[in-house]
Amino acid sequence: MMKIHLLFFGITTDLLGTSSLGIETSADATISSLKVQLLTNYPQLENINSYAIAVNEEYATDKTLLKENDVIAIIPPVSGG
Amino acid sequence: MSKTSIKITSEKLDLQECYNFVTDASCGGISAFVGTVRNDTKGKEVQQLDFSTYKPMAIKEMQKIADIALEKFSIAKIAIHHAEGMLQIGDIPVIITASAKHRVAAFEACQFAIDTLKETVPIWKKEHFSDGGIWVNAHP
Repeated sequence: MMKIHLLFFGITTDLLGTSSLGIETSADATISSLKVQLLTNYPQLENINSYAIAVNEEYATDKTLLKENDVIAIIPPVSGG
Repeated sequence: MSKTSIKITSEKLDLQECYNFVTDASCGGISAFVGTVRNDTKGKEVQQLDFSTYKPMAIKEMQKIADIALEKFSIAKIAIHHAEGMLQIGDIPVIITASAKHRVAAFEACQFAIDTLKETVPIWKKEHFSDGGIWVNAHP
């Protein structure tokens, strides 16, 4: 297992009632497996359209491998401008 | 001299600052896009808008847009400034200015920058109505 940091923004902050969390995930975790874990632990996330994930401030794909202490941002649909 | 000016601030955005940044002796024109807070969404009266950001990443993504715009269009300079925090009706959440030798590039760069910003930059707005707040784009 390894520790990663989660950041929540926009509607996900309201849905989870927090803007950051530290969690444990498997040492060979990918974005794809993390999404499954997130939905299991936080079923509230089903209430949003879709979300993107950034790892250490860069957009990631489902195949991106996670490392210990990565900062994972949950990015609900953006609405700037 | 930097060709890009990127900023996210809780201060009032300054059109003159964005204009001044892009002025260049080689340029024949400057194009500006100014976003403003509208007073209604789907017929419902909006009272104010709250902008939150993932600031370090938003700055990076705005910088990418500016860099791509410089490559893609024949522009000299570009400024992209975005506000954060609570904004009232008529306030300015975003200003983009671009200067170019010829006008078409300046227009196109501004359009590209605002369109891309709305798709990729991690900024969220919550619309506040008289009966509560709604995160824009969040629901199906």
